[in-house]
Order: sequence, then structure tokens, then C-alpha cells
Amino acid sequence: MKILVCITHVPDTTSKIQFTDNNTKFDKSGVQFIIGPYDDYALARAVELKEQTGGSLTVLNVGEAETEPTIRKALAIGADDAIRVNAFPKDSLFVAKQIAHYAKEGGYDLILMGRESIDFNGGMVHGMVGELLGMPSISPVMKLDIEGSTAKMAREIEGGKEYLEVSLPFIAGCQEPIAEWKIPNMRGIMSARTKPLNVVDAVSDETATSVVEFQLPPAKGDVKLIDKDNVEELVRLLKNEAKVL
Amino acid sequence: MSILVYIEQADGAIKKTSLEAISFAKALADKEGGDVTAVALGSIDQGELGKTGSAGAAKVLHVNDEKLNAGVIQAHAAAVAQAFEKVGAKTLVLAKSSLGDAVAARLAIKLNAGLVSNVTDLPDTGSGYKVKRSIYTGKAFAETELSTDNKILAVKKNAIDLKTDGADAAVENFEVSLDESVFAAKITSTDQATGDILLPEADIVVSGGRGMKGPENWNLIEDLAKELGAATGCSKPVSDIGWRPHHEHVGQTGVKVAPTLYVAVGISGAIQHLAGVNSSKYIVVINKDPEAPFFKAADYGIVGDAFEVLPKLTEAVKALK
Ligand SMILES: Cc1cc2nc3c(=O)[nH]c(=O)nc-3n(C[C@H](O)[C@H](O)[C@H](O)COP(=O)(O)OP(=O)(O)OC[C@H]3O[C@@H](n4cnc5c(N)ncnc54)[C@H](O)[C@@H]3O)c2cc1C
Ligand SMILES: Cc1cc2nc3c(=O)[nH]c(=O)nc-3n(C[C@H](O)[C@H](O)[C@H](O)COP(=O)(O)OP(=O)(O)OC[C@H]3O[C@@H](n4cnc5c(N)ncnc54)[C@H](O)[C@@H]3O)c2cc1C
Repeated sequence: MKILVCITHVPDTTSKIQFTDNNTKFDKSGVQFIIGPYDDYALARAVELKEQTGGSLTVLNVGEAETEPTIRKALAIGADDAIRVNAFPKDSLFVAKQIAHYAKEGGYDLILMGRESIDFNGGMVHGMVGELLGMPSISPVMKLDIEGSTAKMAREIEGGKEYLEVSLPFIAGCQEPIAEWKIPNMRGIMSARTKPLNVVDAVSDETATSVVEFQLPPAKGDVKLIDKDNVEELVRLLKNEAKVL
Repeated sequence: MSILVYIEQADGAIKKTSLEAISFAKALADKEGGDVTAVALGSIDQGELGKTGSAGAAKVLHVNDEKLNAGVIQAHAAAVAQAFEKVGAKTLVLAKSSLGDAVAARLAIKLNAGLVSNVTDLPDTGSGYKVKRSIYTGKAFAETELSTDNKILAVKKNAIDLKTDGADAAVENFEVSLDESVFAAKITSTDQATGDILLPEADIVVSGGRGMKGPENWNLIEDLAKELGAATGCSKPVSDIGWRPHHEHVGQTGVKVAPTLYVAVGISGAIQHLAGVNSSKYIVVINKDPEAPFFKAADYGIVGDAFEVLPKLTEAVKALK
């Protein structure tokens, strides 16, 4: 089975979010970048599936050269090779067009992504690629098994889950508990250095959106502490001050 | 010109967030001119369809095909695309949800439409077309310009107040033609808590963390939730250990909630948990450690033992009624 996993290069979940250049650019200073946590679940499940069924596992990122350490980490976790589409990922459509092109070219049986990126939280690239390639796209997938040419999975819905079956090839946007995050071991890290990382060109320049300005939420006021022996006061405040009861 | 709204149902009931999406579209139509048409898929009775009117729709196209009761992503996308054509709409509005996201993404390609998700405010159409959306999991916003003729806006909960005073909507049966291929993904069964208030839709959420010590103590959380008419949530470790089901896990890697009131009990307030609750209007924190980081994100706090405070708080809420 040929598996493709698409990964984002995103600020660590503990990063302080700030902007520069008149609030038009993300401030990267002091920020550590990681594989998107949802993409990391997709990758972990892909490694397990490859162990079960054999075949190959490729990771793909649309990004500039700065994303290579993140891509190498995915190689250390267990991908065989990588593709970097050398372009600034301008928006979701731009990214989807690149992925669709290279996914088609590679003829993959299974394309795994994260349910959403943790920077722009679009949750849309998998659906766009699915539509562009005329393939089913299912998200958010929390359990995935492959039996022959059929995928069986569970998709999270509000308040529960639904179980689905679909024939390969198809696209899934993954989330936990599809697999446990894998931490690269020493052997993985060593071998990742020499695994192929192919840099390719963008195939389309189309976009649909652009960010005019970034904004931060207003600062939160101080907490009002209420004595633990006077919980009635809290109820009063919620009713009369916050007016939420 | 009409704005089209894709509405979702669960067991024949229209979701509240979908009604909010109609009210959002109505406010937009009032600004731009035009009216609102909703499209409803699957078996829904007339009375329920009428609610779209109170929320602001002038008309509802009803595709009464029981094959669409379940959220088959490709089939829903195909049906909504046909409604979009029929209405001659330029804008599609929907509520952000697990199904809405998946359907909207396919529609963006089908309709050549720019798609903005997590929309928090009405678009600014003064010059160009700018939409404010929440990004970095609620830690920032992006004023986003749409350059396409057709537009899709996936609206975040609480972006607008639900209208309830609209006139009745005209219900029109709408036939769609769906290729077999859109049913390629087969839903074999569903496993869903019924009768409960759904977490992503809830106006009040009571969440417990590791400080609750074990699943046997969750009755304390549930009792308070019941008095408040709230949904229950939890922190990630709590669902990882299996104390609570995964769909209750709130945070960066779980459900992002946007209630008017979020009550956090025995949760430390790690940045990844806060990422899922920072769109709440008010936050109450109950924690025995005065240094717990959650107090910094809270509006109201009680420093104390959850096992003492929760029963008292439940009583106090009961006494209010
Ligand atoms: C420093 C920096 C600045 C950026 N600035 C912008 C910006 O201003 N505007 C903007 O729109 N985007 C920007 N991006 C790109 C952003 O990270 C996303 O790649 C892109 O916006 C798609 O986001 P989304 O939220 O719609 O993805 P989603 O639809 O939420 O992503 C779903 C899945 O698609 C896959 N995927 C998404 N993006 C990529 C990718 N680039 N490569 C491979 N797979 C991917 C992943 O598996 C992901 O889990 C920036 C990225 C970086 C590193
Ligand atoms: C990439 C990534 C993603 C993550 N995503 C999420 C996410 O989506 N959601 C999430 O929740 N976490 C997430 N986490 C985990 C997060 O970092 C924290 O570990 C987690 O939120 C802690 O859960 P907790 O507050 O329940 O437990 P703890 O941190 O152990 O806190 C327990 C709290 O209970 C208090 N307490 C103890 N006993 C009592 C008592 N009797 N009465 C009152 N209070 C008491 C303690 O003072 C403490 O503050 C993520 C982590 C990573 C690295």
C-alpha cells in the first residue's frame, strides 16, 4: 500500500502568539515549530498501517525551506521519503491544489491528513483535495483499519461517533485516539538524515483568501475570587453581574 | 439576491447552531439587500422546518430524501451545490461543525468559492469583502479578504444572537439528482448519546479534570450540570485514561467550546486546555491550588476542594429556582 501523509509546520502549542510588521506577519522569534498535533496522529497511524501491510510511506509539506527540520522529524518517526512543495503556503486552496497535484502523480492508496491545522484551524484542506481528485474525504477520523481494499473507520460527530466503510483510495482527516504519538528513536533520527527529501515546485498560484491584518484578543481582567464557604455569592454574581443564569 | 444557509439536523431536529447561522445570514442580507433561503436535507417535519423562519429565513428548500438523514459528506455537498445554483446565490453560510467543515470544503471547490471558517463577526463589505475569523485556536483573529465572487462562511458559535421573531418561512420541496458515487462512503452505524445536551452546542459547560480523582466522582459534575442545564466536558488526560468518553475532551486537540459560561473543576488550566475554552463568555474555576494557571483565565474563582464546593454550589443553584 502506498500511503501519503500531509503535515503542517506549526508553532508549538505552548507558543505565545504575536505579530509584527503592523500586525501583518506572524512573529517567529522564540517560537518552536512542530508537526501539527493532528498530523502527528495521522503519521503515527500511517506508520502502524505500513508495518501491517507493507508498502511505502511518504510525507508531504507545502512550505519554504524553514520547514525541513519538521519534515526530517516525520522521516525519523517512520516515513520513507518526503516531498516539500517549495512555496509559502498562501491559503488553504493554494495548499490543496499543490497536494492534489502531487498526490495524483504519486498514485497513493491512502492519503492521511490532520483534522485541522493548529495555526489557521481551517479543517478544509482534506475536503478540497478530495473534491479536486474526485475521492471521498472523511474527517474527523478517530479510528482507521484497512482490510484488503476497504477502510473501516469511526468518525467523530457531536456527542458520539459514526462508523463508516469506504473503498480505497480515499482521504482522511485524523484526530486522536487513532494512534498514540510516536517519539523518534536514535536509529530513526540517524536514518532520517539520509532519507530522500525531494523539493518540487508549486504547480498553481491560485488563492481565494488573504489576511489583511492579524489581531489579538483583548486582555482578560482579573479573576474575582469568592470564598469557598460562600458559594451563594458566586451564584448571585453569575445571575446579577454576568447575567448567565 | 438570496443568501443560502446549509442547515444540519440531528434526529429530525434542526441544530441550534444552524439556526444561528440563519440569523447570521439574515443580518448580512439586511446589510447587503436580499433575503435568506435555507436548505434542509433528510426527513424533518414541517413544524421543525418552520423554525428556520423565526431565525430569519424567508424560504426553506427541503430535500426530503431519507438517504440524506445521515451526514454523508459527498452527498450533502452535491445536494447543497444544486440548491446554490437553483437559488442563484453568491454566498453560502453554515455553522462550523464536524460535518459542516467537511461539506463546506468540498463545496468551495465545486462552487469556485472562497471559504472562510471560524467566522466571528459579520463581514465588512465597505471596500472589498473582509471577514474576521478566529485562528491559532482562539489565541488570535485574522481579518481575511475574500477575492472570489462566490463565498462560503462557516460561522463560529455565538458569532451572533439567535433571532426568534421572524415570520414563517415558505417550505418548498426540492428534488436533487444524486449520482450513486456520492454515497461511496457508507455509514454502517452510529453510536450517539441521545437526550444529552451536545457539548459544542451548549450554552453552559461543566468540565472536570484530573482533580476529580476518578470516574466514580463524576456524579458531582453531572449534578451541577443538570441543575445548570449544562453539557459536561473534561480535560484530555481524563478522556485518555478512559474516565470519560472522547467526545467530551475539551481543548487544543479536542472540542472547542464557546458557551456563555464554562465551569472548570479540578483542571489546572494548561495552555492546551485553555485553547479550547478561550471563546467562552465567562469562566468559573474551582481548584484547590490558588496558583493553578486557570485562575488567570477566569472571571470568577473559588479556591477550595471540589468535593466540598461542588455539592454546595449545586444546592445554591437549585435554591435559585
Ligand atoms: C510561518 C507561516 C506563516 C503562514 N501564514 C499563512 C497565512 O498568512 N495565511 C494562510 O492561509 N496560511 C498561512 N500559513 C499556512 C498554514 O499553516 C496552512 O498550511 C494553510 O493555511 C492551510 O491551513 P488550514 O488551516 O486551512 O488547513 P486545514 O484544512 O486545517 O488542514 C488540514 C490538514 O491539511 C494538511 N495541510 C494543511 N496545510 C498543509 C501544508 N502547508 N502542507 C502540507 N499539508 C498541509 C494537514 O494534514 C492538515 O492537518 C502559514 C504557514 C507558516 C509556516
Ligand atoms: C500537543 C498537546 C495537546 C494537548 N491537548 C490538550 C487538550 O486538548 N485538552 C486538554 O485538557 N489537555 C491537552 N493537553 C494536555 C495538557 O498539557 C495538560 O496536561 C492537561 O490539560 C492537564 O489536565 P488536568 O488539568 O485535568 O490535570 P492536572 O494538570 O493534573 O491538574 C489537576 C488539577 O486539579 C487540581 N485538584 C486536585 N485535587 C483537587 C480537588 N480535590 N479539588 C479541586 N481541585 C483539585 C489540582 O490543583 C490541579 O490544578 C495537551 C498537551 C499537548 C502536549
